[in-house]
Amino acid sequence: MSGHPGGVLAAFRHVDDAAQAIRDLRAKGFADVTAYTPVPNQEIAAAIGRQSSPVRLWTLLGGLTGLGLGLVMTLWMSLDYPIVVGGKPIPSVIPYIVIMFELTILCGALATITGLIVHAVRSRRPAAFDPRFTDDHIGVFVPCAPEGRGAVQQLLQAAGAEEVRIEA
Amino acid sequence: MATTMRPDAAPSPAHHHHPTYHEVTRDIAATLGHPKRGYFILFGFVLLVLAAGIVALLYQIRRGLGVAGYSPPVMWAVYVTTFVFWVGIAHSGTLISAILYLFRSAWRTSVYRTAEAMTVFAVMTAGLFPLIHLGRLWYAYWLFPYPNQRGLWVNFKSPLVWDVFAVSTYFTVSTLFLIVGLIPDVAAIRDRATGWRKKLYTITALGWRGADYQWRHYVKAYLYLAALATPLVLSVHSVVSWDFAMSIVPGWHATIFAPYFVAGAIYSGVAMVITLMVPLRKVFRLERYITVVHFENLSKLLLLTGMIVAYSYLVEYFIAWYGGNPIERATFWNRAFGDYWWASWTMILCNGALPWLLWFRKIRRSIPALFVLSLFVNLGMWFERYVIIVVSLSHEYEPYAMGNYTPTWVDWTILAGSFAWFFMWFLLFAKNFPTVSITEVKEIIPWPRRREVRA
Repeated sequence: MSGHPGGVLAAFRHVDDAAQAIRDLRAKGFADVTAYTPVPNQEIAAAIGRQSSPVRLWTLLGGLTGLGLGLVMTLWMSLDYPIVVGGKPIPSVIPYIVIMFELTILCGALATITGLIVHAVRSRRPAAFDPRFTDDHIGVFVPCAPEGRGAVQQLLQAAGAEEVRIEA
Repeated sequence: MATTMRPDAAPSPAHHHHPTYHEVTRDIAATLGHPKRGYFILFGFVLLVLAAGIVALLYQIRRGLGVAGYSPPVMWAVYVTTFVFWVGIAHSGTLISAILYLFRSAWRTSVYRTAEAMTVFAVMTAGLFPLIHLGRLWYAYWLFPYPNQRGLWVNFKSPLVWDVFAVSTYFTVSTLFLIVGLIPDVAAIRDRATGWRKKLYTITALGWRGADYQWRHYVKAYLYLAALATPLVLSVHSVVSWDFAMSIVPGWHATIFAPYFVAGAIYSGVAMVITLMVPLRKVFRLERYITVVHFENLSKLLLLTGMIVAYSYLVEYFIAWYGGNPIERATFWNRAFGDYWWASWTMILCNGALPWLLWFRKIRRSIPALFVLSLFVNLGMWFERYVIIVVSLSHEYEPYAMGNYTPTWVDWTILAGSFAWFFMWFLLFAKNFPTVSITEVKEIIPWPRRREVRA
């Protein structure tokens, strides 16, 4: 793996060790630690301490867009060819609710996926990786300058890492 | 803080001897690739049946819908029946993956992937039938909102247009839901695969690494997708039921139709999940992950929805009698004792009577019994739609306009072809993507810790 900044990569077996190591690193001023877990984990997320995800905003805006789209589309398409039946109004909003509902869900879901791709896939940060992290290990990557690596390596080993290696 | 997907999910009793994370990856990854001869024989057979269905369809396109037995007054028949059947099958997938997810049911982790894949393929099958039923299927684009040559748009007051929106939204959302669930699993397989499969999974994993900033967005996206899919699944079969209930055909024009159809859909879908899961578990040796507990839970869902369906049958007949409308009463008399009595009694037996067996724990925990029962439920639910559609249309208001309908070989061949189409996709999926979620099965296994958890 190239194209990532140099640093130290550690593999953990125990979740409490990994969470403690991350907290220790952050206390020492290493803010951009990347943690890899095969499953989402609350302890690790709490140790990393990031804000809630902006994906929810995508869902909300997508859903509202779909709702508006459904309303405007059904009204406009009815009014564009007015056939008056029994002197009743042309748009018949109650049945249009079905279309508005379906488009709310459709656009909400599409926007959620777009948000996920934008935030989680496109904005991938360069960091070293090991295939064990999608299997049964917790990975911790600390980007740091060559002179600080020894101290980080020691900290991670003391925290109980199964393996620590320098990634140039 | 709802950062993990299921922070307090208790592991099910079946997981007392937890497999390790590595064993989960290994066992589920082992189900992929290198199909044996049996697989190819089965796949060849499925393709053969599909080819027969395509030939029947081509014949029908050449000769017109008359070859499918359509004759007034029965102009909706096996194709609409089969459409509703497959849309119904699709429903339990989203129920298990979205609704049970929101309820934090830990047991769903082993079964939801199969159910979700089944949903997508069932909608893909269902979607063919409105087109086949059109007869002139090259005019299928008339279904979509566009102005015709006189500048007139589609009629948004028509339930058939609602159906187009509902089913296409359902297909899109359930496919997205399946793909999102697959991303971390595909990444886990990618890191173990070799050769061309490695390339396939590298592309389809979308660069997934399980980094903290990825999970942070992922768990939220999954939660919101589940929240959107939950009302969607309830709406889709309601809209399908309104295709009937919004018209004035006796036997169709009833307010109970939406809940009645939704319960029936989930009932048939759970049965299909059991039908698929029993052989899958055996062939893939997943007994450790899909246990009797899972089957028992599925059979409880089957029992619940089966009771709602049985209740709906009773209410339908009760209202036909108690409502005092002679036309409605005649329609239901005709259902039970008319020319199609055999179809009605098949439906009542399979859906209204047989699920009562599930009150017995022994039967709920017997996998062979459940498998046989699920086949009967599939049969019964197809006949339910046949009874509602064909029998109601054959016996409307005026005695001189009544008439019977018999399916022809074209109907039966296309129906068989639809099963082949469904199983073709399922077989392709089962050998190339994990049918049990690696990530979610791991989630209910606690991480190893060095120190005791503080209380």
